[in-house]
Amino acid sequence: MRLPAMLKDAGLTAFVAAALGIFIVGFRTVDVGSSKGLSFDYHFADLAVAVVTIFLGRLGLSLAAAGLRWPAIALGAVMVAAGASPLTLPSGFLHWFVALGGVLLLIRAVWPWANDAVTLATRTPSGVALKDAGTKWFGWLLLAGAVLLPFTPVADQKTMDLAVLILTYVMLGWGLNIVVGLAGLLDLGYVAFYAVGAYAYALLSTQHGLGFWTVLPLAGMMAALFGVLLGFPVLRLRGDYLAIVTLGFGEIIRLVILNWVDLTNGPAGIGSIPGPTLFGAVFAETPPAGKQTVSQMLGISFDGIHRLIFLYYIILVLALITNLFTQRMRRLPVGRAWEALREDETACRALGINPTNTKLTAFAIGAMFAGFAGSFFAAKQRFISPESFVFIESAIILAIVVLGGMGSQIGVVLAAVLLIGLPEWFRDLGNYRMLAFGLAMVLIMVFRPRGLVAHREPSLRLHPNRPAGGG
Amino acid sequence: MAEQPMLAVAGVTTFYGAIQALHGVDLEVARGEIVALIGANGAGKSTLLMTICGSPRASGGAVRLDGEDITALPTHEIVRRGVAQVPEGRRIFPRMSVFENLQMGATLGVPAHFAHDLERVFTMFPRLAERRDQRGGTLSGGEQQMLAIGRALMSRPRLLLLDEPSLGLAPLIVRQIFEVIGRIAREEGVTIFLVEQNAYHALRLADRGYVLANGRVRLSGAGRELLANAEVRAAYLEGGHA
Repeated sequence: MRLPAMLKDAGLTAFVAAALGIFIVGFRTVDVGSSKGLSFDYHFADLAVAVVTIFLGRLGLSLAAAGLRWPAIALGAVMVAAGASPLTLPSGFLHWFVALGGVLLLIRAVWPWANDAVTLATRTPSGVALKDAGTKWFGWLLLAGAVLLPFTPVADQKTMDLAVLILTYVMLGWGLNIVVGLAGLLDLGYVAFYAVGAYAYALLSTQHGLGFWTVLPLAGMMAALFGVLLGFPVLRLRGDYLAIVTLGFGEIIRLVILNWVDLTNGPAGIGSIPGPTLFGAVFAETPPAGKQTVSQMLGISFDGIHRLIFLYYIILVLALITNLFTQRMRRLPVGRAWEALREDETACRALGINPTNTKLTAFAIGAMFAGFAGSFFAAKQRFISPESFVFIESAIILAIVVLGGMGSQIGVVLAAVLLIGLPEWFRDLGNYRMLAFGLAMVLIMVFRPRGLVAHREPSLRLHPNRPAGGG
Repeated sequence: MAEQPMLAVAGVTTFYGAIQALHGVDLEVARGEIVALIGANGAGKSTLLMTICGSPRASGGAVRLDGEDITALPTHEIVRRGVAQVPEGRRIFPRMSVFENLQMGATLGVPAHFAHDLERVFTMFPRLAERRDQRGGTLSGGEQQMLAIGRALMSRPRLLLLDEPSLGLAPLIVRQIFEVIGRIAREEGVTIFLVEQNAYHALRLADRGYVLANGRVRLSGAGRELLANAEVRAAYLEGGHA
């Protein structure tokens, strides 16, 4: 595109933005008192800044697309500077708007360059070796980092809380990955099994006095049972239909929990759920009757963070079990059948695979891990209510799997860190953190449309000297 | 044919909703035979093959395998009885490697046979051995067809059903594929039932053939006989052949 065409295109975009924005941004109705009713407040300066930003942004994108890298970078830098400058724009939001637009433009301008450089670097002999080593050792490094995290100076209350939260989602992502990533069954109601696990532990512990370690396997089995119950009628359905039914199932479970007040205490939730114990010792400052605290048992002084670190290791181990289990399953006939089923159901039937049973195992095993995670969640929070198991949770877990690159285990970890970690780290941005979050998601989908880790490792190779990777 | 046929299709009718695709088809395949079913587009060839596999299910008549009625069985149960299928359009698993595709074919096989069967497929199709770690979807059409046939053989079937193995392949590759099908029957003793539009190649290879038109068997006889038949020549062979 020539420069006049680019200017025309940018002008058109700015015109559309102005036409749309004039009613949304330009006018605002204000209440001028009970007798006078409503009147208009005009925000044309806001609108003008937004339209100019859009004009420049569009122009910059066209420049970048035409290969004019430096003008685009310059334009992006100017926008960032303008957004960050003390220059008074009509509202704080506009500062963010201009600056983020500039950042987007910079990324777009630099991306092909960086991409080429990286591709070129990975072609050189040392680059190839580095990449191989990287894919091989990255998972192990990540694991080592996760194991050592509580001993590092960054491990304060806030970080550990966030780490536990992220790991919970990593585990849920790995569990759902079996269903969605491997077996290719779009499950929009995964949170239902999470809820089953959580309520199983909450009820069994508060009403029957069972401990966390006793209930954990029971909760998993319970969730798996619900998976089978749901799976039987619906697994004949494919694609969109299956997604709709699972969505409905998720809501049904939530509504039952909400309305079966006698059993679940309804919207008020269940409180004072006991936390997990370490060899019978509890994490508390003062021991309850007939028990001892962990600090007494170990002879150390009480610190609230010990409980968090303990929880952290529990969820780390649970998540790793999920991962190891999935990796093993992928090498077994049933795991391979899951993947084959995702690729082509008709071909699977022609090979003598019973599709219903195969899907059912994927569904039940996925549900089982959600059940484990659910009972961990209940033990960690010590209070659960139906509000924790709404559809948005299913959507987030699914987003983790999809952004991670369907079926990739390490991708789930990266996506969970991004999706759960980013909104927390951006908390300082206040109301704009969801904007930044949305931007991050759009960027991932633009630059990695098939997920962060789109490459699929074969589950088995023939050459013994090239062992299967960690995936 | 005094001996009981391996596959017997007796008066089979099949419907797609309200549309009748097969009107009482009778045919038989004896042990060790190669039987070809030819016919024009929409004659019901693929429907018949799929009806034998139980999907869609025949609404009338019976399909018998070694005398056992398999009409009402689900596909995977029929496959379990030693029937392997090379589906139309090959339907290999595109994201899985050649090796993994063959592994999937061995799902029903005895694990102890796996290494031997794999070697057998690789001997039959050396190209697959060269590409064992390549993803199925990146193979050429001919290689994908070889993979589909190899995958079907991994379960050591008694009866191999092939749906249009020549579809969309270059003439040279078609010749190779038919040559291999002949070898599978003669050297491995696998009974073969083949559905083809490429009447010339199919009838030249087959011991016997059936001609299907509008959901009915129009003609049947020895492969060479049908090839010489004036009606068959006029309908399916004139205008040049591969």
